[in-house]
Amino acid sequence: MPELLEVKGLKASYGPTQVLFDIDFALAQGQITTILGANGAGKTTTLRAVCQAVRTSGSVLFDGQQLVGKSTESVVRMGVAQVPDGRGTFTALTVEENLRLGAYVRKDKAEVAVDLEKAYARFPRLKERRNQQAGTLSGGEQQMLAISRALMLRPRLLLLDEPSFGLAPLIVAEIFRILRQINEQEKVSMLLVEQNANLALGLAHQAYLLETGRIVISGPSETIRNDETIRKVYLGH
Amino acid sequence: MEAFLHQIFAGIANGGIYASVGLALVMIHQATHHINFAQGEMATFSTFIAWALINAGWPYWGAFFLTVAISFALGLIIQRTVLKPVEKAPVLTNVIVFVGLLVIFNAVAGWIFDHTIKSFPSPFPKGTFFETKYFSAHDIGSIGVTLVVLVALYCFFKFTPLGLAMRAAAQNPESARLVGVRVSWMLGMGWGLAAAIGAVAGMMVAPIVFLDPNMMGGILLYGFAAALLGGIDNPWGAVIGGFIVGVLENLLGAYVIGTELKLTVALVLIVGTLIVRPDGLFGKAVVTRV
Repeated sequence: MPELLEVKGLKASYGPTQVLFDIDFALAQGQITTILGANGAGKTTTLRAVCQAVRTSGSVLFDGQQLVGKSTESVVRMGVAQVPDGRGTFTALTVEENLRLGAYVRKDKAEVAVDLEKAYARFPRLKERRNQQAGTLSGGEQQMLAISRALMLRPRLLLLDEPSFGLAPLIVAEIFRILRQINEQEKVSMLLVEQNANLALGLAHQAYLLETGRIVISGPSETIRNDETIRKVYLGH
Repeated sequence: MEAFLHQIFAGIANGGIYASVGLALVMIHQATHHINFAQGEMATFSTFIAWALINAGWPYWGAFFLTVAISFALGLIIQRTVLKPVEKAPVLTNVIVFVGLLVIFNAVAGWIFDHTIKSFPSPFPKGTFFETKYFSAHDIGSIGVTLVVLVALYCFFKFTPLGLAMRAAAQNPESARLVGVRVSWMLGMGWGLAAAIGAVAGMMVAPIVFLDPNMMGGILLYGFAAALLGGIDNPWGAVIGGFIVGVLENLLGAYVIGTELKLTVALVLIVGTLIVRPDGLFGKAVVTRV
Protein backbone atom coordinates (compact mmCIF):
# COMPACT_ATOMS: atom_id res chain seq x y z
CA MET A 1 0.00 0.00 0.00
CA PRO A 2 1.46 3.43 -0.90
CA GLU A 3 2.45 5.68 1.97
CA LEU A 4 0.46 8.91 2.19
CA LEU A 5 2.63 10.34 4.91
CA GLU A 6 6.25 9.42 5.44
CA VAL A 7 8.18 11.05 8.27
CA LYS A 8 11.93 10.58 8.61
CA GLY A 9 14.38 12.02 11.12
CA LEU A 10 11.87 14.58 12.34
CA LYS A 11 13.17 17.03 14.93
CA ALA A 12 11.20 19.85 16.48
CA SER A 13 12.01 22.48 19.05
CA TYR A 14 10.44 25.39 20.88
CA GLY A 15 13.17 27.99 21.12
CA PRO A 16 16.24 26.28 22.58
CA THR A 17 14.25 23.29 23.88
CA GLN A 18 14.26 20.30 21.57
CA VAL A 19 11.11 18.20 21.92
CA LEU A 20 11.35 15.61 19.12
CA PHE A 21 14.52 13.66 18.40
CA ASP A 22 14.73 12.01 14.98
CA ILE A 23 11.40 10.31 14.90
CA ASP A 24 10.29 8.13 11.97
CA PHE A 25 6.77 7.00 11.20
CA ALA A 26 4.49 6.38 8.28
CA LEU A 27 0.81 6.35 7.41
CA ALA A 28 -0.56 4.28 4.56
CA GLN A 29 -3.21 5.68 2.24
CA GLY A 30 -6.69 5.20 3.73
CA GLN A 31 -5.45 3.97 7.09
CA ILE A 32 -5.32 5.26 10.64
CA THR A 33 -2.03 5.58 12.46
CA THR A 34 -1.90 6.40 16.14
CA ILE A 35 0.88 7.88 18.20
CA LEU A 36 0.60 7.03 21.87
CA GLY A 37 2.45 8.46 24.81
CA ALA A 38 2.20 10.05 28.21
CA ASN A 39 1.86 13.76 28.92
CA GLY A 40 4.88 15.63 27.63
CA ALA A 41 6.05 12.83 25.36
CA GLY A 42 5.77 15.09 22.33
CA LYS A 43 2.49 13.92 20.83
CA THR A 44 0.98 17.33 20.18
CA THR A 45 4.33 18.59 18.93
CA THR A 46 4.43 15.73 16.42
CA LEU A 47 1.15 16.94 14.91
CA ARG A 48 2.33 20.52 15.00
CA ALA A 49 5.50 19.44 13.23
CA VAL A 50 3.57 17.68 10.48
CA CYS A 51 1.55 20.83 9.76
CA GLN A 52 4.58 23.10 10.23
CA ALA A 53 3.21 25.04 13.20
CA VAL A 54 6.50 24.58 15.07
CA ARG A 55 10.13 24.88 13.98
CA THR A 56 11.06 21.53 12.43
CA SER A 57 13.83 19.83 10.52
CA GLY A 58 14.03 16.42 8.92
CA SER A 59 11.65 15.15 6.29
CA VAL A 60 7.84 15.04 6.14
CA LEU A 61 6.66 13.68 2.81
CA PHE A 62 2.94 14.03 2.11
CA ASP A 63 2.00 12.20 -1.04
CA GLY A 64 5.61 12.57 -2.16
CA GLN A 65 5.78 16.32 -1.48
CA GLN A 66 8.07 17.79 1.16
CA LEU A 67 6.15 19.70 3.83
CA VAL A 68 9.12 20.90 5.87
CA GLY A 69 9.68 24.57 5.12
CA LYS A 70 6.13 25.26 3.96
CA SER A 71 3.75 27.51 5.90
CA THR A 72 0.91 25.96 7.90
CA GLU A 73 -1.58 27.65 5.58
CA SER A 74 0.03 26.00 2.54
CA VAL A 75 0.03 22.58 4.19
CA VAL A 76 -3.70 23.00 4.88
CA ARG A 77 -4.28 23.95 1.26
CA MET A 78 -2.70 20.66 0.22
CA GLY A 79 -5.51 18.82 2.03
CA VAL A 80 -4.26 18.34 5.57
CA ALA A 81 -6.93 19.22 8.14
CA GLN A 82 -6.47 19.31 11.86
CA VAL A 83 -8.61 18.81 14.95
CA PRO A 84 -6.34 20.72 17.29
CA ASP A 85 -5.46 20.38 20.92
CA GLY A 86 -8.21 22.17 22.89
CA ARG A 87 -10.52 21.96 19.85
CA GLY A 88 -9.63 25.37 18.44
CA THR A 89 -13.22 26.63 18.45
CA PHE A 90 -13.84 30.16 17.19
CA THR A 91 -15.84 30.89 20.32
CA ALA A 92 -17.40 34.22 19.31
CA LEU A 93 -18.53 32.97 15.88
CA THR A 94 -21.63 30.89 15.30
CA VAL A 95 -21.53 27.15 14.78
CA GLU A 96 -22.27 27.56 11.09
CA GLU A 97 -19.56 30.20 10.66
CA ASN A 98 -17.10 27.79 12.27
CA LEU A 99 -18.07 25.14 9.74
CA ARG A 100 -17.85 27.54 6.80
CA LEU A 101 -14.35 28.49 7.88
CA GLY A 102 -13.38 24.84 7.57
CA ALA A 103 -14.11 25.13 3.85
CA TYR A 104 -12.44 28.54 3.51
CA VAL A 105 -9.81 27.41 1.00
CA ARG A 106 -12.28 25.50 -1.20
CA LYS A 107 -13.68 27.13 -4.31
CA ASP A 108 -16.46 24.60 -5.13
CA LYS A 109 -19.37 26.40 -3.45
CA ALA A 110 -22.08 23.91 -4.37
CA GLU A 111 -20.07 21.02 -2.97
CA VAL A 112 -19.40 22.97 0.22
CA ALA A 113 -23.15 23.30 0.74
CA VAL A 114 -23.49 19.53 0.31
CA ASP A 115 -20.77 18.92 2.90
CA LEU A 116 -22.41 21.33 5.31
CA GLU A 117 -25.63 19.31 5.16
CA LYS A 118 -23.58 16.14 5.59
CA ALA A 119 -22.00 17.56 8.74
CA TYR A 120 -25.42 18.42 10.13
CA ALA A 121 -26.70 14.94 9.30
CA ARG A 122 -23.73 13.42 11.08
CA PHE A 123 -24.19 15.55 14.21
CA PRO A 124 -27.82 16.76 14.44
CA ARG A 125 -26.90 18.64 17.64
CA LEU A 126 -24.85 21.02 15.55
CA LYS A 127 -27.79 21.68 13.25
CA GLU A 128 -29.98 22.58 16.23
CA ARG A 129 -27.35 25.04 17.35
CA ARG A 130 -26.21 26.34 13.98
CA ASN A 131 -26.82 30.01 14.84
CA GLN A 132 -25.58 29.81 18.41
CA GLN A 133 -22.25 31.24 19.54
CA ALA A 134 -19.85 28.28 19.39
CA GLY A 135 -18.34 29.16 22.77
CA THR A 136 -21.62 28.21 24.43
CA LEU A 137 -21.45 24.59 23.24
CA SER A 138 -20.54 21.83 25.67
CA GLY A 139 -17.13 20.15 25.44
CA GLY A 140 -18.50 17.18 23.51
CA GLU A 141 -20.36 19.42 21.08
CA GLN A 142 -17.24 21.50 20.52
CA GLN A 143 -15.31 18.32 19.74
CA MET A 144 -18.00 17.36 17.22
CA LEU A 145 -17.72 20.85 15.77
CA ALA A 146 -13.92 20.59 15.55
CA ILE A 147 -14.15 17.27 13.68
CA SER A 148 -16.86 18.58 11.37
CA ARG A 149 -14.91 21.77 10.69
CA ALA A 150 -11.84 19.75 9.75
CA LEU A 151 -13.91 17.54 7.42
CA MET A 152 -15.29 20.61 5.63
CA LEU A 153 -11.88 20.84 3.95
CA ARG A 154 -12.51 17.42 2.35
CA PRO A 155 -9.09 16.52 3.66
CA ARG A 156 -6.91 13.70 2.40
CA LEU A 157 -5.28 13.56 5.80
CA LEU A 158 -6.92 14.33 9.12
CA LEU A 159 -4.71 15.10 12.12
CA LEU A 160 -6.48 14.45 15.43
CA ASP A 161 -5.10 15.69 18.73
CA GLU A 162 -6.61 13.77 21.67
CA PRO A 163 -10.25 13.83 20.58
CA SER A 164 -11.16 12.02 23.82
CA PHE A 165 -9.69 14.69 26.09
CA GLY A 166 -11.96 15.81 28.93
CA LEU A 167 -15.10 14.10 27.63
CA ALA A 168 -17.52 11.65 29.22
CA PRO A 169 -16.94 8.00 28.20
CA LEU A 170 -20.26 7.76 26.34
CA ILE A 171 -19.45 10.78 24.19
CA VAL A 172 -15.93 9.50 23.57
CA ALA A 173 -17.34 6.18 22.35
CA GLU A 174 -19.72 8.04 20.03
CA ILE A 175 -16.92 10.17 18.61
CA PHE A 176 -14.66 7.20 17.99
CA ARG A 177 -17.51 5.34 16.30
CA ILE A 178 -17.96 8.27 13.94
CA LEU A 179 -14.23 8.55 13.28
CA ARG A 180 -14.17 4.90 12.22
CA GLN A 181 -17.18 5.50 10.00
CA ILE A 182 -15.50 8.49 8.35
CA ASN A 183 -12.35 6.47 7.74
CA GLU A 184 -14.22 3.52 6.27
CA GLN A 185 -16.83 5.36 4.21
CA GLU A 186 -15.01 8.47 3.09
CA LYS A 187 -11.52 6.96 2.97
CA VAL A 188 -10.00 9.81 4.98
CA SER A 189 -6.57 8.83 6.31
CA MET A 190 -5.98 9.82 9.92
CA LEU A 191 -3.06 10.47 12.20
CA LEU A 192 -4.40 10.14 15.72
CA VAL A 193 -2.57 11.23 18.83
CA GLU A 194 -3.98 9.83 22.08
CA GLN A 195 -3.33 9.22 25.73
CA ASN A 196 -6.15 6.72 25.90
CA ALA A 197 -4.22 3.76 24.47
CA ASN A 198 -7.04 1.22 24.50
CA LEU A 199 -9.37 3.41 22.48
CA ALA A 200 -6.72 4.44 20.01
CA LEU A 201 -5.43 0.90 19.47
CA GLY A 202 -8.98 -0.23 18.84
CA LEU A 203 -9.37 2.29 16.04
CA ALA A 204 -5.94 2.49 14.42
CA HIS A 205 -4.21 0.10 12.06
CA GLN A 206 -0.69 1.08 12.95
CA ALA A 207 0.67 2.34 16.26
CA TYR A 208 3.78 4.10 17.49
CA LEU A 209 4.78 4.66 21.08
CA LEU A 210 6.45 7.95 21.86
CA GLU A 211 8.55 8.51 24.95
CA THR A 212 10.22 11.87 25.66
CA GLY A 213 10.50 12.72 22.00
CA ARG A 214 11.63 9.34 20.69
CA ILE A 215 9.72 6.44 19.13
CA VAL A 216 10.33 3.44 21.35
CA ILE A 217 7.99 0.84 19.87
CA SER A 218 6.05 0.52 16.66
CA GLY A 219 3.92 -2.06 14.94
CA PRO A 220 0.40 -3.03 13.94
CA SER A 221 -2.12 -2.01 16.61
CA GLU A 222 -3.24 -5.58 17.02
CA THR A 223 0.24 -6.79 17.93
CA ILE A 224 0.85 -3.98 20.38
CA ARG A 225 -2.48 -4.44 22.04
CA ASN A 226 -1.84 -8.12 22.65
CA ASP A 227 1.72 -7.81 23.84
CA GLU A 228 1.72 -8.39 27.58
CA THR A 229 5.09 -6.70 28.22
CA ILE A 230 4.33 -3.55 26.26
CA ARG A 231 1.03 -3.18 28.04
CA LYS A 232 2.59 -3.54 31.45
CA VAL A 233 5.61 -1.33 30.86
CA TYR A 234 4.22 1.43 28.66
CA LEU A 235 0.46 1.42 28.78
CA GLY A 236 0.18 0.84 32.51
CA HIS A 237 -2.40 -1.92 32.75
CA MET B 1 -34.54 76.31 23.53
CA GLU B 2 -33.67 77.16 19.96
CA ALA B 3 -29.99 77.52 20.86
CA PHE B 4 -30.08 74.33 22.89
CA LEU B 5 -31.44 72.37 19.93
CA HIS B 6 -28.77 73.91 17.74
CA GLN B 7 -26.09 72.65 20.12
CA ILE B 8 -27.54 69.16 20.09
CA PHE B 9 -27.73 68.98 16.32
CA ALA B 10 -24.25 70.39 15.90
CA GLY B 11 -23.11 67.70 18.33
CA ILE B 12 -24.75 65.00 16.25
CA ALA B 13 -22.99 66.32 13.15
CA ASN B 14 -19.58 66.25 14.87
CA GLY B 15 -20.49 62.87 16.28
CA GLY B 16 -20.65 61.41 12.78
CA ILE B 17 -16.97 62.26 12.30
CA TYR B 18 -15.98 60.86 15.70
CA ALA B 19 -17.95 57.75 14.84
CA SER B 20 -15.90 57.21 11.67
CA VAL B 21 -12.61 57.65 13.50
CA GLY B 22 -13.83 55.40 16.31
CA LEU B 23 -14.84 52.82 13.70
CA ALA B 24 -11.36 52.84 12.17
CA LEU B 25 -9.84 52.31 15.61
CA VAL B 26 -12.22 49.43 16.33
CA MET B 27 -11.29 47.81 13.01
CA ILE B 28 -7.61 47.69 13.81
CA HIS B 29 -8.28 46.71 17.40
CA GLN B 30 -10.44 43.81 16.27
CA ALA B 31 -7.77 42.57 13.91
CA THR B 32 -4.71 43.12 16.08
CA HIS B 33 -5.85 44.00 19.63
CA HIS B 34 -3.85 47.19 19.31
CA ILE B 35 -4.92 50.83 19.24
CA ASN B 36 -3.36 52.66 16.34
CA PHE B 37 -2.19 56.05 17.58
CA ALA B 38 -1.22 57.04 14.05
CA GLN B 39 -4.80 56.66 12.81
CA GLY B 40 -5.46 60.40 12.89
CA GLU B 41 -2.28 61.44 11.08
CA MET B 42 -2.84 58.74 8.46
CA ALA B 43 -6.33 60.17 7.88
CA THR B 44 -4.90 63.67 7.57
CA PHE B 45 -2.35 62.46 5.05
CA SER B 46 -5.13 60.78 3.03
CA THR B 47 -7.07 64.03 3.06
CA PHE B 48 -4.04 65.85 1.67
CA ILE B 49 -3.94 63.31 -1.17
CA ALA B 50 -7.59 64.10 -1.94
CA TRP B 51 -6.82 67.83 -1.76
CA ALA B 52 -3.96 67.43 -4.23
CA LEU B 53 -6.16 65.42 -6.60
CA ILE B 54 -8.95 67.99 -6.48
CA ASN B 55 -6.45 70.78 -7.06
CA ALA B 56 -5.13 68.86 -10.04
CA GLY B 57 -8.60 69.10 -11.53
CA TRP B 58 -10.23 65.84 -10.48
CA PRO B 59 -13.99 65.90 -9.84
CA TYR B 60 -14.83 65.56 -6.13
CA TRP B 61 -16.19 62.01 -6.11
CA GLY B 62 -13.45 60.76 -8.41
CA ALA B 63 -10.86 62.14 -6.01
CA PHE B 64 -12.84 60.75 -3.07
CA PHE B 65 -12.87 57.16 -4.29
CA LEU B 66 -9.31 57.24 -5.59
CA THR B 67 -8.18 58.54 -2.20
CA VAL B 68 -10.02 55.74 -0.44
CA ALA B 69 -8.33 53.20 -2.71
CA ILE B 70 -4.87 54.76 -2.26
CA SER B 71 -5.38 54.87 1.50
CA PHE B 72 -6.35 51.21 1.55
CA ALA B 73 -3.18 50.32 -0.34
CA LEU B 74 -1.11 52.55 1.93
CA GLY B 75 -2.53 50.92 5.07
CA LEU B 76 -1.85 47.47 3.64
CA ILE B 77 1.71 48.40 2.68
CA ILE B 78 2.43 49.89 6.10
CA GLN B 79 1.27 46.71 7.80
CA ARG B 80 3.30 44.49 5.47
CA THR B 81 6.51 46.51 5.74
CA VAL B 82 6.53 48.26 9.12
CA LEU B 83 4.30 46.18 11.38
CA LYS B 84 4.83 42.65 10.14
CA PRO B 85 8.39 42.51 11.54
CA VAL B 86 7.06 43.33 15.02
CA GLU B 87 3.94 41.15 14.77
CA LYS B 88 5.10 38.84 17.56
CA ALA B 89 6.82 41.56 19.58
CA PRO B 90 5.37 42.82 22.88
CA VAL B 91 2.60 45.43 22.87
CA LEU B 92 4.92 48.26 23.86
CA THR B 93 7.10 47.67 20.79
CA ASN B 94 4.00 48.12 18.67
CA VAL B 95 2.99 51.24 20.56
CA ILE B 96 6.40 52.77 19.84
CA VAL B 97 5.96 51.93 16.16
CA PHE B 98 2.54 53.63 16.19
CA VAL B 99 4.01 56.75 17.78
CA GLY B 100 6.80 56.69 15.20
CA LEU B 101 4.23 56.44 12.38
CA LEU B 102 2.31 59.35 13.90
CA VAL B 103 5.38 61.60 13.90
CA ILE B 104 6.46 60.50 10.43
CA PHE B 105 3.06 61.07 8.82
CA ASN B 106 2.71 64.42 10.52
CA ALA B 107 6.16 65.54 9.39
CA VAL B 108 5.84 64.21 5.85
CA ALA B 109 2.44 65.89 5.42
CA GLY B 110 3.97 69.19 6.57
CA TRP B 111 7.00 68.70 4.35
CA ILE B 112 5.09 67.91 1.16
CA PHE B 113 2.01 70.07 1.62
CA ASP B 114 3.43 72.68 4.06
CA HIS B 115 1.76 73.96 7.21
CA THR B 116 -0.52 76.66 5.85
CA ILE B 117 -4.18 76.04 6.54
CA LYS B 118 -6.11 74.99 3.45
CA SER B 119 -9.79 74.95 2.73
CA PHE B 120 -11.29 71.68 1.56
CA PRO B 121 -14.48 71.45 -0.48
CA SER B 122 -17.63 69.71 0.66
CA PRO B 123 -19.50 67.49 -1.80
CA PHE B 124 -22.69 68.76 -0.14
CA PRO B 125 -22.49 72.56 -0.57
CA LYS B 126 -24.93 75.07 0.91
CA GLY B 127 -28.35 74.88 -0.65
CA THR B 128 -28.32 71.15 -1.34
CA PHE B 129 -31.94 69.95 -1.22
CA PHE B 130 -31.70 68.09 2.10
CA GLU B 131 -30.43 71.09 4.02
CA THR B 132 -32.62 71.88 7.06
CA LYS B 133 -32.96 74.54 9.68
CA TYR B 134 -30.76 72.76 12.20
CA PHE B 135 -28.39 70.84 9.96
CA SER B 136 -26.22 72.18 7.18
CA ALA B 137 -26.18 70.09 4.02
CA HIS B 138 -22.64 68.99 4.85
CA ASP B 139 -23.71 67.79 8.32
CA ILE B 140 -26.43 65.56 6.96
CA GLY B 141 -24.28 64.43 4.05
CA SER B 142 -21.40 63.38 6.29
CA ILE B 143 -23.69 61.57 8.74
CA GLY B 144 -25.13 59.75 5.73
CA VAL B 145 -21.64 58.83 4.51
CA THR B 146 -20.75 57.48 7.98
CA LEU B 147 -23.85 55.31 8.01
CA VAL B 148 -23.19 54.01 4.50
CA VAL B 149 -19.64 53.06 5.52
CA LEU B 150 -20.96 51.30 8.60
CA VAL B 151 -23.57 49.28 6.73
CA ALA B 152 -21.07 48.35 4.02
CA LEU B 153 -18.61 47.15 6.67
CA TYR B 154 -21.28 45.20 8.47
CA CYS B 155 -22.26 43.41 5.27
CA PHE B 156 -18.63 42.75 4.41
CA PHE B 157 -17.89 41.12 7.77
CA LYS B 158 -21.16 39.27 8.05
CA PHE B 159 -21.73 37.95 4.56
CA THR B 160 -18.44 37.53 2.71
CA PRO B 161 -15.94 34.67 3.16
CA LEU B 162 -13.09 37.18 3.36
CA GLY B 163 -14.86 39.09 6.13
CA LEU B 164 -15.46 35.85 8.01
CA ALA B 165 -11.80 34.90 7.60
CA MET B 166 -10.74 38.28 8.98
CA ARG B 167 -12.91 37.83 12.04
CA ALA B 168 -11.56 34.31 12.52
CA ALA B 169 -7.96 35.48 12.20
CA ALA B 170 -8.55 38.22 14.76
CA GLN B 171 -10.20 35.95 17.22
CA ASN B 172 -8.14 32.80 17.09
CA PRO B 173 -5.10 33.17 14.81
CA GLU B 174 -3.81 29.68 15.52
CA SER B 175 -7.05 27.98 14.55
CA ALA B 176 -7.44 30.29 11.57
CA ARG B 177 -4.10 29.11 10.23
CA LEU B 178 -5.27 25.51 10.64
CA VAL B 179 -8.17 26.11 8.26
CA GLY B 180 -5.84 27.76 5.75
CA VAL B 181 -6.46 31.46 6.47
CA ARG B 182 -3.36 33.53 5.76
CA VAL B 183 -3.52 35.36 9.07
CA SER B 184 -0.79 37.88 8.45
CA TRP B 185 -2.49 39.07 5.26
CA MET B 186 -5.77 39.41 7.13
CA LEU B 187 -4.04 41.85 9.50
CA GLY B 188 -2.87 43.73 6.44
CA MET B 189 -6.45 43.87 5.14
CA GLY B 190 -7.56 45.19 8.53
CA TRP B 191 -5.01 47.99 8.29
CA GLY B 192 -6.09 48.75 4.75
CA LEU B 193 -9.74 48.97 5.75
CA ALA B 194 -8.95 51.15 8.76
CA ALA B 195 -6.88 53.52 6.64
CA ALA B 196 -9.72 53.72 4.09
CA ILE B 197 -12.29 54.53 6.80
CA GLY B 198 -9.91 57.08 8.27
CA ALA B 199 -9.60 58.70 4.85
CA VAL B 200 -13.39 59.04 4.65
CA ALA B 201 -13.47 60.61 8.11
CA GLY B 202 -10.68 63.02 7.17
CA MET B 203 -12.42 64.14 3.98
CA MET B 204 -15.69 64.66 5.86
CA VAL B 205 -14.12 66.69 8.67
CA ALA B 206 -11.77 68.82 6.56
CA PRO B 207 -14.49 71.19 5.20
CA ILE B 208 -15.44 72.02 8.82
CA VAL B 209 -12.08 72.35 10.59
CA PHE B 210 -9.89 73.16 7.55
CA LEU B 211 -6.94 71.11 6.43
CA ASP B 212 -3.50 71.24 8.05
CA PRO B 213 -1.09 68.54 9.24
CA ASN B 214 -2.46 68.67 12.81
CA MET B 215 -6.09 68.56 11.74
CA MET B 216 -6.94 65.20 13.33
CA GLY B 217 -5.11 65.65 16.65
CA GLY B 218 -8.11 66.56 18.78
CA ILE B 219 -10.52 64.55 16.67
CA LEU B 220 -8.53 61.39 17.26
CA LEU B 221 -9.02 61.87 21.00
CA TYR B 222 -12.78 62.15 20.51
CA GLY B 223 -12.55 59.06 18.31
CA PHE B 224 -10.80 57.19 21.14
CA ALA B 225 -13.50 58.29 23.54
CA ALA B 226 -16.19 57.14 21.07
CA ALA B 227 -14.60 53.73 20.56
CA LEU B 228 -14.04 53.14 24.28
CA LEU B 229 -17.46 54.42 25.33
CA GLY B 230 -19.21 52.20 22.79
CA GLY B 231 -17.00 49.18 23.45
CA ILE B 232 -13.71 48.74 21.66
CA ASP B 233 -14.81 45.39 20.18
CA ASN B 234 -18.14 46.62 18.83
CA PRO B 235 -18.36 48.62 15.55
CA TRP B 236 -21.98 49.64 16.20
CA GLY B 237 -21.00 50.72 19.70
CA ALA B 238 -18.25 52.92 18.30
CA VAL B 239 -20.76 54.69 16.06
CA ILE B 240 -23.31 55.25 18.80
CA GLY B 241 -20.45 56.25 21.11
CA GLY B 242 -19.38 58.77 18.49
CA PHE B 243 -22.77 60.48 18.46
CA ILE B 244 -22.95 60.50 22.28
CA VAL B 245 -19.47 62.02 22.52
CA GLY B 246 -20.35 64.63 19.91
CA VAL B 247 -23.51 65.77 21.70
CA LEU B 248 -21.96 65.70 25.20
CA GLU B 249 -18.92 67.61 24.01
CA ASN B 250 -21.06 70.33 22.45
CA LEU B 251 -23.49 70.71 25.35
CA LEU B 252 -20.80 70.75 28.03
CA GLY B 253 -18.74 73.12 25.92
CA ALA B 254 -21.64 75.53 25.43
CA TYR B 255 -23.19 75.48 28.91
CA VAL B 256 -20.76 74.12 31.48
CA ILE B 257 -17.03 74.30 30.86
CA GLY B 258 -16.72 76.57 27.84
CA THR B 259 -15.30 75.80 24.42
CA GLU B 260 -11.67 76.21 25.50
CA LEU B 261 -11.85 73.14 27.74
CA LYS B 262 -13.96 70.97 25.43
CA LEU B 263 -11.20 68.48 24.78
CA THR B 264 -11.18 67.49 28.45
CA VAL B 265 -14.61 65.97 27.87
CA ALA B 266 -12.95 63.32 25.74
CA LEU B 267 -10.34 62.62 28.39
CA VAL B 268 -12.91 62.45 31.18
CA LEU B 269 -15.00 60.03 29.09
CA ILE B 270 -11.97 57.84 28.36
CA VAL B 271 -10.86 57.62 31.98
CA GLY B 272 -14.43 57.33 33.24
CA THR B 273 -15.28 54.47 30.89
CA LEU B 274 -12.14 52.57 31.79
CA ILE B 275 -12.91 52.90 35.51
CA VAL B 276 -16.65 52.32 35.56
CA ARG B 277 -17.26 50.03 32.62
CA PRO B 278 -14.09 48.86 30.85
CA ASP B 279 -16.04 46.88 28.22
CA GLY B 280 -17.89 50.04 27.16
CA LEU B 281 -21.62 50.52 26.93
CA PHE B 282 -22.15 47.92 24.22
CA GLY B 283 -19.04 45.76 24.50
CA LYS B 284 -19.86 42.18 25.28
CA ALA B 285 -17.93 39.73 27.36
CA VAL B 286 -17.48 36.55 25.32
CA VAL B 287 -19.14 33.52 26.91
CA THR B 288 -17.00 30.42 26.94
CA ARG B 289 -17.64 27.02 28.41
CA VAL B 290 -14.68 24.82 29.06
